[in-house]
Amino acid sequence: MDWYPLLNSLRIAAISAVAVFFLGIAAAYYIARLPRTVKGVLDVLLTLPLVLPPTVVGYLLLLVLGPRRPVGAWMLQTFGVRMTMTWWSAVFAVSVVGFPLMYRTARGAFEAFDETLAAAGRTLGLSDRYIFWRIRMPACRQGIAAGVVLSFARALGEYGATSMVAGYTPGRTATVATEVYQLWRIGSDRLALRWVLINITISAAVLMAVNLLERRTRRTAGRAPHGA
Amino acid sequence: MALEVMIRKQLGAFRLDVQFCTQDRPLALLGASGSGKSMTLKCIAGIERPDEGRIVLNGRTLFDSARHIDLPPQKRRVGYLFQQYALFPNMTAAQNILTGLHACPRGERQARLQELLRTFRLEQAAQLRPRQLSGGQQQRTALARILASEPEALLLDEPFSALDSSLRWQLELELLDMLDTFRGEVLFVSHSRDEVSRLCRSVCVLTDGRSEPVTTVPELMAAPRTLSGAQISGCKNISACTHTGGHSVFCADWGVSLACAEQARPEHRFAGVRAHAWRISALPAEGAFPCRAVRVLDNVFSAIVMLSTPAGSSGPHLLRAELPKEAWAALADAETLYLTCPPEQVLLLTGGGEP
Repeated sequence: MDWYPLLNSLRIAAISAVAVFFLGIAAAYYIARLPRTVKGVLDVLLTLPLVLPPTVVGYLLLLVLGPRRPVGAWMLQTFGVRMTMTWWSAVFAVSVVGFPLMYRTARGAFEAFDETLAAAGRTLGLSDRYIFWRIRMPACRQGIAAGVVLSFARALGEYGATSMVAGYTPGRTATVATEVYQLWRIGSDRLALRWVLINITISAAVLMAVNLLERRTRRTAGRAPHGA
Repeated sequence: MALEVMIRKQLGAFRLDVQFCTQDRPLALLGASGSGKSMTLKCIAGIERPDEGRIVLNGRTLFDSARHIDLPPQKRRVGYLFQQYALFPNMTAAQNILTGLHACPRGERQARLQELLRTFRLEQAAQLRPRQLSGGQQQRTALARILASEPEALLLDEPFSALDSSLRWQLELELLDMLDTFRGEVLFVSHSRDEVSRLCRSVCVLTDGRSEPVTTVPELMAAPRTLSGAQISGCKNISACTHTGGHSVFCADWGVSLACAEQARPEHRFAGVRAHAWRISALPAEGAFPCRAVRVLDNVFSAIVMLSTPAGSSGPHLLRAELPKEAWAALADAETLYLTCPPEQVLLLTGGGEP
């Protein structure tokens, strides 16, 4: 059995999880500080990929990254790099789809954070960077970890946008999701079923991890001396 | 060396307008909850930004809206003890204190930490997390952390509100010792006149976001000048009054005229008599007015008697008197009681609003 689709899916999901981790946290942190109306608009825009059909996300991405589109053409001319139909093209697709999950869970965690801790840190002379990484992030770590795991899981299961941006080339851009579709299409049901079972196993494990994280968050929050 | 504060801030319908200068430290900010005490502290620490005004600490301008100066909290050197202490939950007591020592040279840090742990009796608790510490240990850790950062002023926001009453007394004594060794300015926020009497020398009363002139604590307790000062210092009997010329006021709520030691003036719109100031007798006397006891509550050593006055502006009014139990035992059977108040105990008060 050729394991390429699994390895490809895992590396795409892992790279996108790292990217989404930083982007989601930055967005959650800065948007929480904005005036309410701006916050509302940005919130809708950033959550939209969660509810849009993945094909719409894929279409919009091709509008930007396609070889004859502004960014895609510029990359091709300047660096000779084609932005679509490579294995890493899928990273863009799954990142956009997975981003809202990270953004929303991180924002929830930040909103539950007791701001007097940050205020105390500032009056003690601690830098904002120290307060963010050593006080705010540790206090919110379970919620943020849940966001990473969720967006990782979403990335593993992404099909629609990936198939449009990266296509399906066996041994090059195939992922578990596109592989299952392809195997079903050519009538290779037994092999398709095997991939389906692998996919279900991984996804179930991920969801169990999320549940564990959420339970721990609740427990530590209940025991902390600083009420929410 | 002083902390001068003159700030205004609008928060929805609430208007903060506070002005004071620390002369005799510790200075207490005394006021009911919601009177703007914590907001004032936050403005001084730089956590909140006043709309306009000036904050100067030991000649250093921390905030000046006219000169566009607004130092970040990190540069103000103002220590802030939060109500719930705000210890970092992911760090041990020792690590919490170390965050206050970040400006201390690396080589001296450990020695300084050990010294603070010893001073605040935290050696045993050093490796525990905040949620494993007792209330007293939490407060001591928070204080050690603040003093580690060597602030020039210390802001204490209701430091005993998070503690059981059994712990408070012990911690008050400890805090007094600590304040004796601390050389900077100290601002103590409280809604309890008793705490303020024990811990502070001077006091600034805050009512609905407005500050009153700073007075000494004995002055406020003995002879408050304003309606809110009288209320917050625990005066139980307050009536709107009109001055009837010279040394006498007519207390409209009670329907009673009282002689006062001070010359009554038109701006004295209220008169107050503390519960223990009434002289009560079973026999009529000159200047005394008759009352009927309607309710008696027993304190440990004293009796609190609710007395109905003859006829106030809106019908009979209840006065509160407090007297030793034996004294009350001798009076309890009398049908009518006669009340007087020594003229020097009648408080003449300025101020607006309703009592």
